[in-house]
Amino acid sequence: MNFFRQLTEKPWLPDKNGAIGMRDNNVSDTAHARVGLKMFLIVVGVLFFLLTVSYAGRMVYEDWRPVPQPWLMWQNTAMLMLASAGLHWAQSAMRRDEWNQVKMGLIGAGAFTIGFIVGQLLAWQQLVDKGVFELTNPAVALFILITGLHGLHMLGGLVAWGRTADKVWQRDKFELNKVRQSIDNCTLYWHFLLAVWLVLFGLLFSGNDNMGILLTICGFK
Amino acid sequence: MSDITQDDVGYVAPAENAEQDLYHPKSWITKYVFCQDAKVIAIQYASTAIAIGLVALVLSWLMRLQLGFPDSFSFIEPEDYYQFITAHGMIMVVYLLTALFLGGFGNYMIPLMVGARDMAFPYVNMVSYWVYLTAVFVLIASFFVPGGPTGAGWTLYPPQAILSGTPGSDGGIILMLVSLALFIVGFTMGGLNYVVTVLQSRTRGMTLMRMPLTIWGIFVATVLALLAFPALFVGAIMMLLDKILGTSFFMPNIVELGEHLSYGGGSPILFQHLFWFFGHPEVYIVALPAFGIVSDLIAVHSRRHIFGYRMMVWAIVIIGALSFVVWAHHMYVSGMNPYFGFFFATTTLIIAIPTALKVYNWTLTLWKGNIRLNTPMLFAIGFIVTFLNGGITGLFLGNVAIDVPLSDTMFVVAHFHMVMGVAPMLVVFGAIYHWFPLITGKMYSETLGKFHFWVTFLGAYLIYFPMHYLGFVGVPRRYFELGDTQIFTESVGQLNAFISIMTFIVGFAQIVFFYNMFRSYAAGKKSEMNPWGAASLEWQTPEMPPGHGNWGKSLPLVYRWAYDYGVPGATHDFVPQNMAPKDVPMEKKARKSTRSRKA
Ligand code: HEM
Ligand SMILES: [Cu+2]
Repeated sequence: MNFFRQLTEKPWLPDKNGAIGMRDNNVSDTAHARVGLKMFLIVVGVLFFLLTVSYAGRMVYEDWRPVPQPWLMWQNTAMLMLASAGLHWAQSAMRRDEWNQVKMGLIGAGAFTIGFIVGQLLAWQQLVDKGVFELTNPAVALFILITGLHGLHMLGGLVAWGRTADKVWQRDKFELNKVRQSIDNCTLYWHFLLAVWLVLFGLLFSGNDNMGILLTICGFK
Repeated sequence: MSDITQDDVGYVAPAENAEQDLYHPKSWITKYVFCQDAKVIAIQYASTAIAIGLVALVLSWLMRLQLGFPDSFSFIEPEDYYQFITAHGMIMVVYLLTALFLGGFGNYMIPLMVGARDMAFPYVNMVSYWVYLTAVFVLIASFFVPGGPTGAGWTLYPPQAILSGTPGSDGGIILMLVSLALFIVGFTMGGLNYVVTVLQSRTRGMTLMRMPLTIWGIFVATVLALLAFPALFVGAIMMLLDKILGTSFFMPNIVELGEHLSYGGGSPILFQHLFWFFGHPEVYIVALPAFGIVSDLIAVHSRRHIFGYRMMVWAIVIIGALSFVVWAHHMYVSGMNPYFGFFFATTTLIIAIPTALKVYNWTLTLWKGNIRLNTPMLFAIGFIVTFLNGGITGLFLGNVAIDVPLSDTMFVVAHFHMVMGVAPMLVVFGAIYHWFPLITGKMYSETLGKFHFWVTFLGAYLIYFPMHYLGFVGVPRRYFELGDTQIFTESVGQLNAFISIMTFIVGFAQIVFFYNMFRSYAAGKKSEMNPWGAASLEWQTPEMPPGHGNWGKSLPLVYRWAYDYGVPGATHDFVPQNMAPKDVPMEKKARKSTRSRKA
């Protein structure tokens, strides 16, 4: 569906193909839910982009007080990657019609996601234990806000995951197509939130001053 | 395939959308209350928006009472005045206009105009409305908490918004922010629906470039809103945390009444950036649907195709894209790097180009048109004039050097009321009159409609023209009273009183509108099908008002764009979008030559 090419059409002229009405509407046959999900992910992307920019914007001030990042974050990142891998596996098993593997992949994905969320909470706890949990420090507040919002998105994903699992376990009650779409959409969602997390983690929370370096290169700092 | 001639293609079956399990209401509740039919949701959205809009109207009266007759109304304290300003601005912009254009007109028009049976996700669409309604109730609740609603101005700038010097800095601001967050969540649900429906549910033959401009306006505005609202969402959440948990996203070190507050280290400018990254596109979220609708009103009521359709579409898309790189023109006075100021001033002035182009094209459409001056057309023309007017004052404000002295004066108030208050409201009225027969199946009273137009139009000018003048002489904005300020002569006070009286007259005249609508709905004469002779798809439904599922047995097939007016040789002066070329009634002699002439 080439949006910009369509914009050059001249609708007032009779159809070049000689068959007005034969020309289709250029609607893609992708399922609505998938298109809707992609749109939603764009919105989510904007949300985290703005948060990242806010973080960076705050960093360039002189009174910025960075906090030591909890080491647990590395482990959590690994968990989220495994969760994504689990779904990926489920998706490819579904294409091969190996439903036992699909189930295993789904269970793995769910377990690792829960592990990730719990791990993030523990990471907050680590900050408290270190005695740096000062809400008035923007570095801490932004950390909590960003990881919190990301975690909420994972929690929301778990709801979709539950509904997908339901469809997979009771496959005979649903159209096969719907089951497949559910798995596809779940996988896309996890991959996307993993990508968002990797950017957030890499730039802001890995304990290396990557964002700082980036800002210096761009001449903001 | 080769033996199919142009005239035989009528048999191609429209692609029914397999995925769409049309929703069937089973009880009264699911039919009228928790309804998933976009047409009902549209009415719900529109009525809620108009109801809360009336609250904002009353608030503006209260403000005008104070400004026009200072010292006469002891029940309006300075604190009240700030609360009125804030609630009035926020309601008008977000809860009235955004909800009305996208939730109201979007829901009603998108499925009908693109030839779909309903929105892509009817259930989500329904939830969207109920979340919006909750947001409205939370907003109303803020009027009744101790301390009252927030008085921080509709821009809600911190730090003052959450400090005790500002009215409503406890419950008021908290509820305001919660309400905004809810609004955004609800809107996002609806917005995803509108976008996916336009992209995915068009009927066969309805290419993107055959969509009426109304849909283009609503579509691009929805995309803008989906991308811009997250900024407000982030800002609202951060400010909520600052208020409730004591974080310091936006709060610098502050000494209040000699006491050091526990805040520190935040950046108030960050909020301004977030707010205006949303706030400027918001102007176009309101304006683009208005542009689209007005184009269609003009085309239908002057019986001509819209001039430069393609350019109109491109202009909408370009304006939408540019509106994301101009936000900081609201912050010239916040102290910014002059290079940034230059950049934002330039982009701001560039937006004027596609906008001016639209105005030219409207005018050219009218030129030599067979203009029918009925009520919707009057409102459409009123819009063009008003928008032009506001656009010109906007050019002044877009220049850094001119903006600095005018910033925060009544000139600004007059400017933005012209462009984003009066102009969109004129479109809203025009659109309601235009589609009233479609929505209700009845005809409104043309006499009352015209009366309503003239009072509203002339009245708006009597209100806002003098206000520009007040701004020039320096009357500041957001001031409770001017007191004995030396520089203001007596005439300033007289002018203020005059403006106030006009606002009461114009406001009360709206009763005529409501009377006309309700009375015509209940006892008006039945409207014929497609009373305006419009070519676009929404008027071609088998029943009027359109029934459940819109299109009866099978979806319409679309053969042409939405502006086939005055086709040479055709018997009627319009050809509906879904009429096959072989069915177009032709005048006998002209039949042969038609095709060559049209190309
Ligand atoms: C019924 C006609 C209206 C009247 C009489 C009116 C009157 C006013 C007045 C007196 C103010 C306060 C000016 C000040 O002291 O700074 C104001 C502010 C404002 N109005 Fe209106 N208004 C009307 C309609 C609208 C509409 C339709 C909109 C929609 C865009 C709107 C948007 C605003 C905004 C955004 C503000 C600024 C609020 C702030 O400063 O925080 N108004 N209006
Ligand atoms: Cu702006």
